[in-house]
Amino acid sequence: MNPRPDPAQLAAPDDGIAAGQVLLEVKNVSLAFGGVKAITDVSFDVVKGEIRAIIGPNGAGKTSMLNVINGFYTPQQGTIVFRGRQRRAMKPHEAVGQGIARTFQNVALFKGMSTLDNIMAGRSVMMKAGIGWQLLWHGRALAEEIAHRQTVEEIIDFLEIQHIRHTPVGKLPYGLQKRVELGRALAMEPSLLLLDEPMAGMNLEEKEDMSRFIIDVNQQRGTTIALIEHDMGVVMDLSDRVVVLDYGKKIADGTPDEVKNDQAVIDAYLGVPH
Amino acid sequence: MAQQSASRDTFAKYLLLNAERFRGRPAMRHKDYGIWQSWTWEEQRDEVRAFALGLRGLGLGRGDKVAIVGSNRPRLYWSFAAVQSLGGVPVPVYADSVAEEMAYVLNHAEVRFAVVEDQEQVDKLLSIGAEVPSLSTIVYDEKRGLRDYDEAQLHAYEDLRAAGMARLADDPQAGAAWLESVEAGRGADLGIMLYTSGTTGRPKGVMLSNDNLVKSALNGNAFDKLGPDENTIAYLPLAWVGDHLFSYAQSYTAGFCVSCPESAETVNEDRREIAPTYFFAPPRVFESMLTTIMVRMEDAGRVKKAMFDHFLAHARRVGEPLLNGERIGLWDRIVYALGEFLVYGPLKNRVGLSRLRVGYTAGEAIGPELFSFYRSIGLNLKQLYGQTEATVYITQQPDGHIRADTVGLPSPEVEIRIADNGEVLYRSPGVFMGYYKNDEATASTKTADGWVHTGDAGFFDEDGQLKIIDRAKDVGKLSTGALFAPKYVENALKFFPDIKEAVAFGHGRDFCAAFVNIDLQAVGNWAERNNIAYASYQELAGHPRVREIIAGHVRETNRRLAAEPMMAGSQVRRFLILHKELDADDGELTRTQKVRRSYIAERYGELIEALYDGSTEKYVETQVTYEDGRKGMIRATVEIIDAETFGEPAEPIREAAE
Repeated sequence: MNPRPDPAQLAAPDDGIAAGQVLLEVKNVSLAFGGVKAITDVSFDVVKGEIRAIIGPNGAGKTSMLNVINGFYTPQQGTIVFRGRQRRAMKPHEAVGQGIARTFQNVALFKGMSTLDNIMAGRSVMMKAGIGWQLLWHGRALAEEIAHRQTVEEIIDFLEIQHIRHTPVGKLPYGLQKRVELGRALAMEPSLLLLDEPMAGMNLEEKEDMSRFIIDVNQQRGTTIALIEHDMGVVMDLSDRVVVLDYGKKIADGTPDEVKNDQAVIDAYLGVPH
Repeated sequence: MAQQSASRDTFAKYLLLNAERFRGRPAMRHKDYGIWQSWTWEEQRDEVRAFALGLRGLGLGRGDKVAIVGSNRPRLYWSFAAVQSLGGVPVPVYADSVAEEMAYVLNHAEVRFAVVEDQEQVDKLLSIGAEVPSLSTIVYDEKRGLRDYDEAQLHAYEDLRAAGMARLADDPQAGAAWLESVEAGRGADLGIMLYTSGTTGRPKGVMLSNDNLVKSALNGNAFDKLGPDENTIAYLPLAWVGDHLFSYAQSYTAGFCVSCPESAETVNEDRREIAPTYFFAPPRVFESMLTTIMVRMEDAGRVKKAMFDHFLAHARRVGEPLLNGERIGLWDRIVYALGEFLVYGPLKNRVGLSRLRVGYTAGEAIGPELFSFYRSIGLNLKQLYGQTEATVYITQQPDGHIRADTVGLPSPEVEIRIADNGEVLYRSPGVFMGYYKNDEATASTKTADGWVHTGDAGFFDEDGQLKIIDRAKDVGKLSTGALFAPKYVENALKFFPDIKEAVAFGHGRDFCAAFVNIDLQAVGNWAERNNIAYASYQELAGHPRVREIIAGHVRETNRRLAAEPMMAGSQVRRFLILHKELDADDGELTRTQKVRRSYIAERYGELIEALYDGSTEKYVETQVTYEDGRKGMIRATVEIIDAETFGEPAEPIREAAE
C-alpha cells in the first residue's frame, strides 16, 4: 500500500553541479582575529560526491575553516566559490539557503525538545507557509507540515533512531545526540555537509556506527561531505581526499595514502621545532 | 464458517478465503516512518501473489526449501504464504544465529532460496555460501547498503514483487496458474520446517504438515474464542514455533490482524499503541515490565505511592478470585472498581495491555508472585505447555481455572499419558511428521502409534491439571516403586530463602534424603539479629539452632509434598547440612549454578551412605579449591537429622525415620 521509498532515490537535491566537478573552491583564504592568524592563505577544493577530510593538530585552524565555509566568519582575504558562485562575506542562513549544512564539535541541539522536533527544526528554513497559517494549523501549513514530516521520518528511519523519536535529546547518550545532530543537518537536504568532529568522544562501536552512516549518506544520498576528525583510522578509511592544516597553513593535500607518507604531515603530528 | 473452514487445509487457501470473507478488514500492520501502515486481507493476497509470481519467475517449484531470516516484518510473513502457495517449504531461521550454525541448518535443510531482511543477513549468507552448495538465490527486503553488491544470485524483494505484478498484468494465465498451484496444496503436505535449538547436539528440523498447523490453530482459536477482532503484535523470533502459530497460523485461520513493530527497540512503545487483545510473552518479558513499573513507582510522589501500594494490596487479596469468577463481597468489588479506575487501568495502559483478553506465558516456569501480580490487576494471563513437535499446544489453562504451579488441562484433541517413569506423552492432530533426515531421532521420540515423548516428567493433580516436575531422564524411582523427581524436591526445599542449594537422593533407595546448603546471607542475617556469633560457613551450618530452623523447613516441605499423591513418597526422611558450600570451582556446580548431581554423589559418597545406614553423625574430610587455585582440606563432623514426615506410611522404615 505504502511502498517503501527506495533509499537510492533519497538523493541530495540537484545543485547544478555534475558529479566529479568542483562543488566548493576555497581560494587563498586568510583569517585573523586581531594579531592571531587563524588561517593563512589556504586554498583547496571539494569535488561533488566525495568525502573530504580536513585534519591537523589542535589549533591548526580546522574549525575556523569550517566556520569560514558556512559563513560564520568572514575571511579578511580570499574568496570562496560554491556552486559556481563567488563570495566572501555571507550570513550562515544564506549558506543554508545555498545548501550548506553542518554539525558542531560540541553538540548544539535543543536539549529540551524531542528528537523529532529537533530534526523538524532542520526543515524550518524550507517552510513556506507564513506564521499566520502556521498558527491556524490548517490548510497550507498542515499540508506542508505533513510533507516535511515525511522527509524527517525517512531520515529517522535512515539513521535508525525510531526508538528515541519522542525522547528529549537532553536525556540521550552522547553518541545518539551526535546522530540526531546529523539528522538535523540532513533534514536541510544539503549539497555540502560539514561535519565537525562527528566522532569525538565516542567509543569504538559508536564510531563504527557513525562511519557507516557517513558512508551511507555519501553513497546513497549522494551528499558531498567535508569533515574534521582526529581519529586517523577513521579519516584514512572514510575520506577520498585529505587536506592537512598546521598553524593555519596548508601543509599537504591529497589521497589518504599520499598524506600519510608526507614528511611535513608526520613532522606536524610528531612535533618538530618550527 | 466452520463448514467453510473444514474444506481449507492450507494457508494459501485461507488467504484466498479471507480476501473474500474479511474484505476491507486489516490483515497486517507495520509501523514504518512513524505511522502504522496497514494492509487489508485482499491487499495481503495481492502482495503474496505478486511475490509468489516473482519467485516462480526465478524457478521456485514444489518441494523447494526456502530459508526465511529476519525480524518480524510483513514481507517476511508474506514470504511464508508465497512460498507455500507454490508448494515450497519455508524454513525460518533464527536471525541472530551465528554463521556456522546457520550454515549447518541451511545445508541440512538443503535450501535453494533464502528470503532475508537486510544487508546484515545477506553478508552472513554470502560468507557461508561455499558451505551451502544448494543455495542458489538470495532475496533481500531492505535495499540499504546493498547498492554495490553485484552478485548474480542477489535479488531485491521489491524487484521480484514488481516482476510478479508485471507478469500478472501481461499474462492472463499467470493469475490462473497461481490459483491452480494454491489448489494443488494438500493438508498432508509438508508445510514448514522449524529447527529446534536443542541444548545438546545439532539442531533438528521438525517437519510440520499444513494439517498440523491448521488444526492446532483452529483448536487454539476455539479454545480462547479468537475471532477476526483480535489484535496481536508480532515480536518473537520467526523461527520459533510459537510465533509461527500465533502470528501466522492463527491469524490466517481466525482472520485477525497482526502488527509488526517498527524496530526491536520500539516494541514496548508499539505495544502500547496497538494494545493487543491476544498476547504471548515468556516470563522474562513480564518480569521486565514489572521491574519498569516498580522502578518508576520508586520515583513517584508520596500520595501516588501510597495509593499504588494500597490498591495493589487490595488487588492481591481479591483480584485473582474476581478474575476466576468467585463470589466476592460488594464492598471489595467497589474498592476494586475504584482501584481499576485509579491504579490498575493506568498501569495496564502503561504496559500496553489495557485491551488484553487472553495472555499466555510459557517456555519456563513463571514465578508465582509475578504471575499473581498480573492476574490480580485483572489481566487474564494463563500458562500453556507446548513443544515444537506438538505444534505448540499440549496443555492450556482454561479461563477461570488458573494456578501458578500447573500448566493446565490437555488442549482440545490432545491425549496425554504419563509413562511409568513419569514421562509425559501426548498424541494430537498437531503431532509432527518427523525430524527431517533424522529417522533415528524420529523413532526415539515418536512411537509407531503416534505418541510423542516430551522428555519432561509430570503428573496430573487432583483437578486434572498437569504439573511438570523435572526432565524425565533425571526422574528416578524409590525402591518402593514410587516416583522420585529430585528437582521437584530440591525446588520445594529451595523455596525457603534460608536454603540456598539442595541435592536430593533417592533413586533405587528406600526413601528420599537430601543435602542442604544454607544461604549464608539469609541465615547470617538471622544470626546477627539473634546475637549468634560465627566465624565461617562451616560453623554457622553446624549451629544447633540453624539445624532446628532447617529441620522446620524440611518438615514444611514434607507437608507440601504429602499433599500431592504422586509426590508423597518423595518426602525427605533424613537430611544433613553440608559442611561446605557447593561451588563451581570444586566442580560441584556448573558455571550456570546448576547442581551436578552425579559428581556430588561420587564426591560425598560416604555422607550419602551415612544418610541411609541410620548413623547420626559422620566425620568427613573434603578437599576444596580456593579461588587462587590452591587446594586445602576441610574436616568436619556432619550431623544427620531425621525429619518429620506426613501421610500414610509408604514403607515400613517410617518408624525408624521418625
